[in-house]
Amino acid sequence: MGFSKDQLLDRLQELEIDYSKYEHPPVLTVEEQAKYVSSSEGALSKNLFLKDKKHRYYIVSAMVDTKVDMKVLSQRLGLGKGGIRMAPEEALGELLQVSLGCVTPFAVVNESARDVSLLLDQKFKNQTRCIFHPLSNDVSVSLNMLGLDKFLKSIGRDPVYVDLEANPVVGKDQAPDLAVYVPSNSVVVPEVSNKTSTIQNPPPKSVSADVKPVASAKPSKPAGKVKSIADNSAPSAYKNPEKFVEEIMDKTSALLLSETKGESVEALTETLRKRLTSDFTHLAIMYKNTAYAEGFYAGTRHQPKRL
Amino acid sequence: MEVDKKDEREAESSEQVVNPWEVSAKDGGKIDYDKLIDKFGCQRLDESLIDRVQRLTSRQPHVFLRRGVFFAHRDFNEILDAYENGDKFYLYTGRGPSSEALHLGHLIPFMFTKYLQEAFKVPLVIQLTDDEKCMWKNLSVEESQRLARENAKDIIACGFDVTKTFIFSDFDYVGGAFYKNMVRVAKCVTLNKAMGIFGFSGEDHIGKLSFPPVQAVPSFPSSFPHLFPGKDNLRCLIPCAIDQDPYFRMTRDVAPRLGYSKPALIESSFFPALQAKNGKMSASDPNSAIYVTDTAKDIKNKINRYAFSGGQDSVEKHKELGANLEVDIPVKYLSFFLEDDSELEHIKKEYGEGRMLTGEVKKRLTEVLTEMVERHRRARAAVTDEMVDAFMAVRPLPSMFE
Repeated sequence: MGFSKDQLLDRLQELEIDYSKYEHPPVLTVEEQAKYVSSSEGALSKNLFLKDKKHRYYIVSAMVDTKVDMKVLSQRLGLGKGGIRMAPEEALGELLQVSLGCVTPFAVVNESARDVSLLLDQKFKNQTRCIFHPLSNDVSVSLNMLGLDKFLKSIGRDPVYVDLEANPVVGKDQAPDLAVYVPSNSVVVPEVSNKTSTIQNPPPKSVSADVKPVASAKPSKPAGKVKSIADNSAPSAYKNPEKFVEEIMDKTSALLLSETKGESVEALTETLRKRLTSDFTHLAIMYKNTAYAEGFYAGTRHQPKRL
Repeated sequence: MEVDKKDEREAESSEQVVNPWEVSAKDGGKIDYDKLIDKFGCQRLDESLIDRVQRLTSRQPHVFLRRGVFFAHRDFNEILDAYENGDKFYLYTGRGPSSEALHLGHLIPFMFTKYLQEAFKVPLVIQLTDDEKCMWKNLSVEESQRLARENAKDIIACGFDVTKTFIFSDFDYVGGAFYKNMVRVAKCVTLNKAMGIFGFSGEDHIGKLSFPPVQAVPSFPSSFPHLFPGKDNLRCLIPCAIDQDPYFRMTRDVAPRLGYSKPALIESSFFPALQAKNGKMSASDPNSAIYVTDTAKDIKNKINRYAFSGGQDSVEKHKELGANLEVDIPVKYLSFFLEDDSELEHIKKEYGEGRMLTGEVKKRLTEVLTEMVERHRRARAAVTDEMVDAFMAVRPLPSMFE
């Protein structure tokens, strides 16, 4: 499942990336971490795990004294003014496979985090070494950013450094400068309450930028699988024949029940036809498209017969 | 003959302006579509054509045809003639992906094109002009490509059949046979002519000048050798908004010189902004439009607060005088989206004669739009990146005419 800190540290060694390791009691905030790891070892980082309204996730890793203005960041990403907020606790476990207080750039090593966008503070580049948690908050690791870059490249990621304090104008003729870092895939994480995607707006969390993201003290949800939109979070009526038929039967019965006003059966069937044909055609088209897309995917990855 | 292009350059603020990059009415009034048809030299789509469509397709014509949303054409009757003879055609439409936020106005040509695809059982190519937006809106290449893919998802959600539809982005597809046609077209249009048609000037960069052939050549089947091999005579029908007419006037002018058939066009009027101010819904003013990402609550709010009402100031006055249907936006929107002709007639009658109040009309509109947007959202959620890849793959479409 998720990478462990030992697996990560082994990987760093394999890649011959130089780092120093500091063990300490588990820490949830930067202030606490600072008690155990002195700044002579490197620059501490604060790490934010964020989410936008379209279920896309971001890790923003910055120097502790860098001011990260969420409104500005949201605009620069092309999400409008209030488009981004702290990700919920479940997402931490599901996507980053780390616990509270442990957001770190290293988390993108996990397959589950493949659609999470990682933005690094440009100011890190001026530091000899920077400090991050290696997937566990009872250890801190300090390394040169070139080392982190090397690690990221080894897992197929291009390191992205951003001037987080910049506040460029975003408008009709000035495209949001960070929009290109918005993930192309959104991710569905099973939420605590059963919200449909139409109702959004989780209560704004009052978390100051200095503290690592701490959600409420509820125990994390039992592990649901991380689903990408590619899987079954999409209406399964488009993929599954039984659900397809169920959808048709449901809609037809509902309409039958609501429309029967003692009129003739012929008139009723006419009404049914009129009201349902376009809906069902749309349903069928999406079903067909989904099947074709799956076939296409399989076809493009098909391995030629071994002779 | 086509209308003399010189006229376009004289379009000042005292005249209405309609071109691919700007649409505004004269002196804050409404767009005069009759004048536009005259000036552009296209034809009105009359009842007889609509009846013919009904006969040929054995189904009720699309609501946009019945209500005159698609109201002008060039050579649509010839397309129907050929179709009656057993000669098919293909559809070509497109989108300039300048923003992620799609509103209902953007969906209109796609909704209509989907109907045409189903009714006539013909294939469709959809062009995403990411290069155009990169140049005109000064987006980075990567950003415009990203937007193209995002927009493709909304387009697919309109319900196109993947076995009959090819979506392509200019940055991905331009080259090969497509590019050869672009050069052939470019050779036929002088700089002066381009400046006359499109209003280019010495200040514009050369990217803009060389763009028009890109939008022109999807009208020619030889641009898609993987789709229409050997079918050089296949005709093309282009459903689009009327502001795109200049591109295709140029294309129709050039086609015979290249030995190609002229593409036919079927053109729509503009979807009015919520607040009704002259012109069309604009992606840069969020309250002028209903977006496909709006929640039911957003839609209700926007309709209630911003939709320009033709009702009277007081209930008494309203009961006496009735509503001004000419300027009323909710009724206009219903005429676009309310399928049931008799219900629309009823609303117009009751509201116009003062017996129905604005609130009721707005409520009905909110229902209709919410259902539409919700259906779109569901379909959009089902569009995966793999599905986009499938639609955009350069592949043959063996059942495209079935």
